[in-house]
Amino acid sequence: MSADRNPKPGRPGSSRRQFLLGGAAAGLGAAVAVGADLALNRTDPPAVAPLNGAQTVAFHGPHQAGVAVPPQAHTTLIGLDLTDGVDRDALRRMMRIITDDAVRLTAGEGALADMEPELAVVPARLTITVGFGPGFVARAGGVAPGWLRPLPPFGIDRLEPQWSHGDLLLQLASDDPITLAHATRMLLKDSRSFTRVRWTQTGFRRAHGSEPDGVTMRNLFGQVDGTVNSAPGTADFDDLVWVTEGWLAGGTSLVIRRIRMDLDRWDRLDRSGREQSVGRRLDTGAPLTGSAERDEPDFTATTPIGFPVIPEFSHLRRARSDDRRERIVRRGWNYDEAPTGSAISDSGLLFLSYQADVDRQFVPLQRRLDELDLLNEWTTPIGSAVFAIVPGCAPGGYLGETLLG
Amino acid sequence: MNSTTISRLTVIAAAALLLAGCAAPAPDAGVALEADSVTISDAWVKSAQEGMSAAFGVLTNDGDTDVTIVSASTEASPMIELHETVENDSGEMVMQQKEGGFVVPAGGTLALEPGGNHIMLMGLAAPIMAGDEVTFVLTFSDGSTLEFTAPGKDFSGANENYEGDMDMDMGSNG
Repeated sequence: MSADRNPKPGRPGSSRRQFLLGGAAAGLGAAVAVGADLALNRTDPPAVAPLNGAQTVAFHGPHQAGVAVPPQAHTTLIGLDLTDGVDRDALRRMMRIITDDAVRLTAGEGALADMEPELAVVPARLTITVGFGPGFVARAGGVAPGWLRPLPPFGIDRLEPQWSHGDLLLQLASDDPITLAHATRMLLKDSRSFTRVRWTQTGFRRAHGSEPDGVTMRNLFGQVDGTVNSAPGTADFDDLVWVTEGWLAGGTSLVIRRIRMDLDRWDRLDRSGREQSVGRRLDTGAPLTGSAERDEPDFTATTPIGFPVIPEFSHLRRARSDDRRERIVRRGWNYDEAPTGSAISDSGLLFLSYQADVDRQFVPLQRRLDELDLLNEWTTPIGSAVFAIVPGCAPGGYLGETLLG
Repeated sequence: MNSTTISRLTVIAAAALLLAGCAAPAPDAGVALEADSVTISDAWVKSAQEGMSAAFGVLTNDGDTDVTIVSASTEASPMIELHETVENDSGEMVMQQKEGGFVVPAGGTLALEPGGNHIMLMGLAAPIMAGDEVTFVLTFSDGSTLEFTAPGKDFSGANENYEGDMDMDMGSNG
């Protein structure tokens, strides 16, 4: 895999203004030069590229922004359980406060009652995304979509309750980890009287500016991870992701799988074996039958002695369905936590999958991988949760209003 | 409180209208009410089960004369005062009623914030929960009023201590 282009250097100071000013002053006099100066000041692009820290992602809209935004460098996902006695009215109050916090923090402003507003002024593309688990919908007295329940069990699962389920999901993501920590704490302070934290999962991708935008990330196996993925803004993405009916219209479903990687075991696999397990080259991410990352794999290609070039047990082959509707949109983050015992690593992948219907789009895929996927030798799902990602809201509204209003 | 009492500034205009035979004085376009030049933003009130609480926000005066808030009211707490936070002789920070009310300077702002000026709710009629919307009315020195709503927020910071075991000088109205 190679980058399409080198990162752009910072723009040099604009010389346009000096050039035109010099010519105008010489030809037409000082007054015109001043006018030209004023005109150029209004339209002159900044001499230095704006800092990424100042970048914001619009909060309001038909969809929550965190689903389609180009993934940020850091994420924190928090699964919360509602405390006893939290009724529909309390849920409404909580969601109003959470929404107000999210509106302000994503705009680069401190929240109301924010003790550290200075930590909010570098939003760095902060998004805050909310999902409801089945318990939340039941507490609200609503009707949950059929897929809003724990996934069916898979043979490869070694799920731990501490990493699974939850009534309420808060997902925060930003290119700046300080911003992320502050926003996380602010939201937890405001949900504390309604919930308790069930689990916290943090993940990371490339730091902003390490690679050009759009470069597919690598997971901690070293693999290019996420090549085949419908692009946000396309009709295909919209069809795959957004729910179109009921109170969840404009929302989607999110499956969160915590995938532990056995890096010690992976160490014992040579490069060729690694490429066979996935079906892609490690250097470019190209399928074994191709030369560029985005080449279409040719599953019919065979070696001289008749074996498929892309093994039938490879992850790439097993993940591919003939039914185009059985597709998901993936967003992954790596995790790397403090090891315990004598281990030197506790690493893996936060596998996030968005789809309009979990049963129709995600489960068949997961079942195929469960039945056969060589990569299973080195990965183990240890956490699983399904949430209804609620629709976006307009200014003055609040997340969850279509269920709670 | 919805009606606007006639301020000193409108008396002259009212008198002129009466002389002209009008039945009742109306708010006169030529006389600016203090409340009309003031907005409040980022308002919030501390959640509390009972007893005392406080409301905060940023007051902006885009008029060209200073305005003075002389009182506040809310159904959430029948007893309510405007408080400042000052250092007493012992060097402790104490809260006390602000004599003369809150002045919002012309073209300027006044922040009501924990540890500083704030609206003090002295006896909650009912709990204020996080996410509740509480309505307040501010009354200005000319009798004009400004209504706003503030969400309740959980807040435990900035040494907010209303139990009365320290630093509460209630003043002569206590």
